Amino acid sequence: MELVLAAAIGILAASGVWLLLRPRTFQVIIGLTLISYAVNLFIFSIGGLRTGADPVLHEVAGDVAQYTDPLPQALVLTAIVIGFATTALFLVVLLTSRGLTGNDHVDGEDGTP
Amino acid sequence: MPDNLIPGAILCLPFAAAVLTWLMRERGHNRAAWLMTATALLGLALSLWLAPAILAGAVLRQTIPWAGSLGLDLVLRVDGFSWLMMLLVCGIGALVGVYARYYMSPDDPLARFFALLLAFMGSMLGIVMSGNVIQLVFFWELTSLFSFLLIGYWHNGASARDGARMALIVTSGGGFCLLAGMLLLGHIAGSYELDAILAAGDAVRAHPWYTPTLLLVLLGAFTKSAQFPFHFWLPQAMSAPTPASAYLHSATMVKAGVFLLVRFWPVLGGTAEWSWIVGGVGLVTLILGAYAAMFEQDMKGVLAYSTISHLGLITMLVGLGSALGVVAAIFHIVNHATFKSSLFMAAGAVDHEAGTRDLRKLGGLYRVMPVTATLALVAGAAMAGVPLLNGFLSKEMFFAETLAARQGPLLDAISVVIAVAASAFGVTYSIRFVRGVFFGRMPADLPREPHEPPLWMRFPIGFLALACLLVGVLPGRVIGPTLRAAAGAVLGADTPAYSLAVWHGLTTPLLMSVFAFVAGCLLFASLRRRFDAIETAPLTSRFSGRRLFERALAVFAADWPQRIERLYPSRRLQSQLLWIVLLALLAGGLAATTAPLDFRPHWPSVDPAFALLWLLGAACAIGAASQAKFHRLAALVLSGGAGLVSCASFVWLSAPDLAATQLLVEVVTTILILLGLRWLPKRIAGYAPEGWRQRFRRRRDIVIAMAVGVGVASLAYAAMMHPVADSISRFFLERAYAEGGGHNVVNVILVDFRGFDTLGEISVLAIVALTVFALLRRFRPAAESISAPEQQRQQTVLENGAPGRAADHSLTDYLMIPGLIIQLMAPVIVLFGLHLFLRGHDLPGGGFVAGITVAVALILLYMARGARWVESRLRVLPLRWIGAGLLLAVLTGLGSLAFGRPFLTSHFQYLELPLFGDVPLATALLFDLGVFATVVGATILMLIALAHQSLRRPRQAPTAETGGQG
Repeated sequence: MELVLAAAIGILAASGVWLLLRPRTFQVIIGLTLISYAVNLFIFSIGGLRTGADPVLHEVAGDVAQYTDPLPQALVLTAIVIGFATTALFLVVLLTSRGLTGNDHVDGEDGTP
Repeated sequence: MPDNLIPGAILCLPFAAAVLTWLMRERGHNRAAWLMTATALLGLALSLWLAPAILAGAVLRQTIPWAGSLGLDLVLRVDGFSWLMMLLVCGIGALVGVYARYYMSPDDPLARFFALLLAFMGSMLGIVMSGNVIQLVFFWELTSLFSFLLIGYWHNGASARDGARMALIVTSGGGFCLLAGMLLLGHIAGSYELDAILAAGDAVRAHPWYTPTLLLVLLGAFTKSAQFPFHFWLPQAMSAPTPASAYLHSATMVKAGVFLLVRFWPVLGGTAEWSWIVGGVGLVTLILGAYAAMFEQDMKGVLAYSTISHLGLITMLVGLGSALGVVAAIFHIVNHATFKSSLFMAAGAVDHEAGTRDLRKLGGLYRVMPVTATLALVAGAAMAGVPLLNGFLSKEMFFAETLAARQGPLLDAISVVIAVAASAFGVTYSIRFVRGVFFGRMPADLPREPHEPPLWMRFPIGFLALACLLVGVLPGRVIGPTLRAAAGAVLGADTPAYSLAVWHGLTTPLLMSVFAFVAGCLLFASLRRRFDAIETAPLTSRFSGRRLFERALAVFAADWPQRIERLYPSRRLQSQLLWIVLLALLAGGLAATTAPLDFRPHWPSVDPAFALLWLLGAACAIGAASQAKFHRLAALVLSGGAGLVSCASFVWLSAPDLAATQLLVEVVTTILILLGLRWLPKRIAGYAPEGWRQRFRRRRDIVIAMAVGVGVASLAYAAMMHPVADSISRFFLERAYAEGGGHNVVNVILVDFRGFDTLGEISVLAIVALTVFALLRRFRPAAESISAPEQQRQQTVLENGAPGRAADHSLTDYLMIPGLIIQLMAPVIVLFGLHLFLRGHDLPGGGFVAGITVAVALILLYMARGARWVESRLRVLPLRWIGAGLLLAVLTGLGSLAFGRPFLTSHFQYLELPLFGDVPLATALLFDLGVFATVVGATILMLIALAHQSLRRPRQAPTAETGGQG
């Protein structure tokens, strides 16, 4: 389990970083999306992986060990929403840069339009 | 009202009035002026109410607790000295209010002017009443800020802007030093309370940090009070409207520095360092200011340099080190404030009536404005130190103190000579000021026909001139008790005996005065022509502090930053990102070598199904990476696939809340990017030839990316295998139901335990949405930058070719069936969103998920039916949603304050509702409703703003505004 998830995080991060270093705005935006998946999974996994644990408290709470760790979940939940907001912002910056420079290069300097 | 509540009232009044003035800015300038005068008079009356207690030697204290654990409370402390300053600030404030009503032109934005003056008054009162030194620095900086705004009031003039900037940089830089000094002082004394620091004088002076502390505090005081070598900002500040100059730059704000010196004299004074620095700086400023004032041609310039000189005199008095010197300093603070602000107002009146302030152009105004001339004559005589006026008394005390000082024979002689010389210069510039304006021949070519200013403009000048006279004739009666209370408050039991009599007999100080007076008159008589002939003061003008300052500003604010920027390797994003990634890689690698983690693979735990799932996910990720350049849609779909796989992993790993949120965010993000895709230029594989450079770069990046991947994977694995310490999660699990009233711990954390974080987060969301909206409105790509899609062009050709067809005919039944389904489903989706919202506290769901769900319903409608269809039927007001959501969240948080609980404390109970049964009702639900509304508004705002970019314009008006707003 851990091994698979760790490999997955690594592949997501690697793909994201590769795209991050590309010259086109769209590549960078997809790269950031992939990196945010990797980071979210990473933060989520910090508390250890649990399958089949209860995410919601029972009427009689009982032992806390039977529940999943809520803290990383709360952190990642906000991270997902903020990630959405930054993606939107970046997309608009992309459009703006496209409007101002006439091309989709991250530095706005490109021979081809 | 009990006495100890009055300080708070006095402090709050001006600020409240400032806000009020600002709010009623449409209602003419009369009200603003009278409001200012009334506020100042009320402050004065309240201060006078305290008179019996203060004159009896009491110290009033009012503490408003704030961050007590840090030693920071709002402490207002009024003793005799601060009371005297309060009388000055309020009294002169009232006069300035009356004066400014007639001085300022109704065409100026007067509400701003009076609001700033009022706010300044409040800040100045804050300085003198502060019982906590950090609080003192706070108000200190506020006065710098309002002074900046007032100097730059006529911001169309370059000199006003430059003067304002210079004053702000010098005084707030000094304020920064003061803060550091106060922190040190508080550290040494063990408390930031003024009383504790005043009591810790011996400990402070004996401390090894005494010298740095002293220097920092003095830097603050010297910059504020325009002492050499920081004096240059004050003449530049004369671009301020004259009422502001009279108030801030002669009577009150510049006195804050010497106020501080007097206030902290018992703590920091009495040492050799103090005498040398304070006395020396005061001496230099005294003579330099008086010297430069003689050569000024601008009336306000003369007064500005004279103010510098008199502030130097006060500083020197404090620096001499005797208790009598401190008494004289306090006395001169008051005297200088009265005669100098009256002279400033007179200068303003002349400027107002004659249209110029140039001493060379003016003259003989006595004949046309006799009252103003007489008043200015009285105040000018006080400035020169003529007997029977207040300036004479404090100057006598000053001479007596210089004679009594014992710093060594040579130094004593020098200071006596300089004191007499500066005094003679003072006589010279006073004569030049009064004679040059009011006597002699009246020039024929004045810009305006001068006549006497209105009565109420003369009144403040007259009042202050009368005060000069009264204090000068009957000092014991008029100012005696107040001065005794002020001196007693500073000096305590050490208050020396002094006499305020006008006539002390034929003493050495009197002889010095007479000598200075005669010398000054002779100097004026002999150099009269020369003063008029030269532009700047000889000798000193070469060392212009102003030029040095501008030079330094150019070096520090332009040259150096440019040089540093040139050191930076690149301005290009690509190489910057490369550096960031490489540095992160390096840091991670170093950390891995120093703290080895357990990387041993643990094969048996691998679940084949999970592995298969991620095989798909990995393929999606790599596919997205490889396709993002030429096949953007494919890349988007593939990255969505990776998102879905991570969503499935959340389900697998018992995190349903995350899975739901991730799924919905995935949907919205995809729609968002789809909307943006259209605006990107087409890119075809193999179109542009690829050089070796690109190939090299690509290979290099693949290596870097793989290194990052391996690093992150091992780190993640090590982190997962690391035994989990007992974290605070246990706390949340145990208290979620008991104290938060919810079974869904994640949601309870979000809306209750960590509600403040969530509040911050929805604020970020709202800000981003507004930014998106604003950016798109302002910078959207021109519609013609992208040609219409292939399909649309074909369709247009087809329709144009077929006569009798309406425009966009083929779109009439576009997506008919899906559109109908979506239209029917939209309410259901909204209902589902509400369901998610309501159950959020106990089951997976909550404000975030519900908000996005509702937004999805709406955006589906947009997609299926088109923006115009939706907007003609549904009023979507995303901005209202955002505003209402944020407001609700904040108000819910504030609600708990009403019950005496901290911000965002939640309360819950179960409510029995018919049909629904037990419904958990927590105030957290209201907060979550705020989150919900904000998320709905923000998401819709972003999506709609983008959608409107691609809105098809009606073909009938092809030249219409690009994009259009539907």
